[in-house]
Amino acid sequence: MAAQAIRLFRKMDGLFAVYKPQGVHWKHVRDSIESNLLKGTLNSCPPPAPQLAVQFQLLSSGENSSSSKDLALSPTMVPTLADHPLVTGPQFHKVHVGVGHRLDAFSSGVLVLGVGKGNGVVKVCYILYDYTLEGEFGKATDNFTDTGRVIEKTTYNHVTQDKLERVLAMIQGANQKALITYSQVDLRTQEAYELAVRGLLYPLGKSPPILMGLRCIHFNPPHFSLEVQCVNETQKYLRKLIHEVGLELRTCAVCSGVRRTRDGPFKVENALTRQYWTADSIIQAIAHFHKTTRRIRKSGMYSLRQQLSALRMRR
Amino acid sequence: MHVCQRCVSLLLSRPLSAALQHSTRALHQRSHLTLLQHSTRHTLSQRHSRQTWRHFADHQAASPDVYNKIDLAQKEVVPLNSDVHRIDLDAAVHTSPLQEISEEEAVQIQVPYALPPESSTLRPYVDKSETLSKLVQLGVNLWKLEQRPNVGSMLVRLDFHADVAPSLLFLKDLGVEESKLGQLLTKNPFILTESLDNLEARVSYLKSKKFSKQSVAAMVSKAPYLLNFSVERLDNRLGFFQKQLGLSAEKARDIVTRLPKLLCGSLEPIKENLKVCELEFGFRGNEIQHIVTTVPKVLIANKRKLTQIFDFVHNTMDVPHSLVAKFPQVLNAKFLRIRERHLFLEYLGRAQYQPSQPNYISLDRLVFLPDDVFCSEVALATLEDFERFQKRL
Repeated sequence: MAAQAIRLFRKMDGLFAVYKPQGVHWKHVRDSIESNLLKGTLNSCPPPAPQLAVQFQLLSSGENSSSSKDLALSPTMVPTLADHPLVTGPQFHKVHVGVGHRLDAFSSGVLVLGVGKGNGVVKVCYILYDYTLEGEFGKATDNFTDTGRVIEKTTYNHVTQDKLERVLAMIQGANQKALITYSQVDLRTQEAYELAVRGLLYPLGKSPPILMGLRCIHFNPPHFSLEVQCVNETQKYLRKLIHEVGLELRTCAVCSGVRRTRDGPFKVENALTRQYWTADSIIQAIAHFHKTTRRIRKSGMYSLRQQLSALRMRR
Repeated sequence: MHVCQRCVSLLLSRPLSAALQHSTRALHQRSHLTLLQHSTRHTLSQRHSRQTWRHFADHQAASPDVYNKIDLAQKEVVPLNSDVHRIDLDAAVHTSPLQEISEEEAVQIQVPYALPPESSTLRPYVDKSETLSKLVQLGVNLWKLEQRPNVGSMLVRLDFHADVAPSLLFLKDLGVEESKLGQLLTKNPFILTESLDNLEARVSYLKSKKFSKQSVAAMVSKAPYLLNFSVERLDNRLGFFQKQLGLSAEKARDIVTRLPKLLCGSLEPIKENLKVCELEFGFRGNEIQHIVTTVPKVLIANKRKLTQIFDFVHNTMDVPHSLVAKFPQVLNAKFLRIRERHLFLEYLGRAQYQPSQPNYISLDRLVFLPDDVFCSEVALATLEDFERFQKRL
């Protein structure tokens, strides 16, 4: 019935996270989730009973028309075919599924999607993203990934973890300066100093990509991986970052993977993999994040302080 | 989609009671004229020119005079009614609405249901049209058909007993199941307008090529457009598959029965795919034959996706040509699935695809097993481990 379908739609209002596989455009993910949700709601609701229409049928009472002249018209209820599902089509054609912060085709990771009323909340600013970047020393390509056309090849024997850490520290220092500038605080004031000491500075308004945290998790030449927390970034910028790290180390590097591990409150553990992109699992995930969604909608931003303090602890 | 006025007049002219047919027809013709007179020249010419062109190509040699719209309307209306009527304007004078009539006549007046002359859906016409209601009962998805241009008008114009019933009986005689008729007609409504002689000629051609009755029925159910193609085209395609692939007649028949879409589409993409297999992948002739007979879908698969899968399987998984030719189902699978499973096996150290080595995993088991069976039997790990690994890619 229509009421059942409407109840299902209300259950679907909210946010949930999906693990986007590498090589897939985010639009395909969004489209397949939309069609899965439509299939789930349409199949579960049985079609409404056919409407009945009144038809007047002529009944002649008796054979002698000369004696009794009562020709009665009897009304009968006949089911109409005009409301048959094969004639009207499916009840629901579209579900509003929106993507919060897009991931390009080369990257993989947590992709937050909003359904129905969740779409208003999905584009919340003031959020930190955690990425894991995998790099490889020894070559440079035209699009900074390992699948591009190779332009240069170099040796990397001289690279040690110590040198890498030094380069990362230098990059982080430059980003700290940018952070202070774009957070629009005057460092000569006491409050600003206290915020800076506790690591709670945040860029307000428009800013270029700023890395709030950067460290090396894994070093096994030629492969290495970095963990990054950043704001206002694009995945292409992060691949370029790997390239620049290579340049600073007097060698060259390409990025072999960009993985978003966290988008606000949505972590990798909460993200749904491909086999769970069905209507039931999605509704479960939305119910799970119901409270967080409400908090985001009310406060306007997911508790930034929590994120920033968690970041400071990791340093 | 516009169901035009001509079709509506067809519907309206039928259920009228005999007593008032004359006057209502006259009224109807007059209403046609008044409608046409009020509408602008331009819209009428747009709406009717294309359809009237087709209609009048048979009837008169001269080109339809678009500006003389009243004549057009008259000529349009006249062939629909069985007896040629001259519009007698005095006839309306005799049946005045204030004239007293008996109770019986009053009861017998059936007011024709005011069907809209144009509609973008078939909903208003379903109950009144026998064809449409019978089609819905068969299971034809009218909603999908009305999205296609001009199909709705065509369906409304069809007469059930003259056009539709013979075609349906023909299909039933052919052996197509009743449950599948609805799907068939949804995909290909034009089978109803195809002449029975042509359909019979094509079926007899297929039977002459030694296709059994069941296989012909199966082919028509799987590829609804099959019988709309001419005998020359079917012949051309069958000849191509036999010659180009170098297959025996029986194997060619087997491929075509399993995938009748091969006979429907264009041959260019198939030729391209064959060239890709031969030149880019480097398969030999007999390997290509084996692949095509096992998995005919390779012939109409997307070239880019096919190349992506083969590139991964041959270069990253290091599987030689002979093994891929032995298990061509790999080329039909989803790339993401192959990639994730291979990387998982590699991470566990169980990625062994050579038959001579111990712990050998065949490619079809890699691809076709469902996730839980794959994890328990092939990878010897739990499903949760596989999911956690998927999130690391």
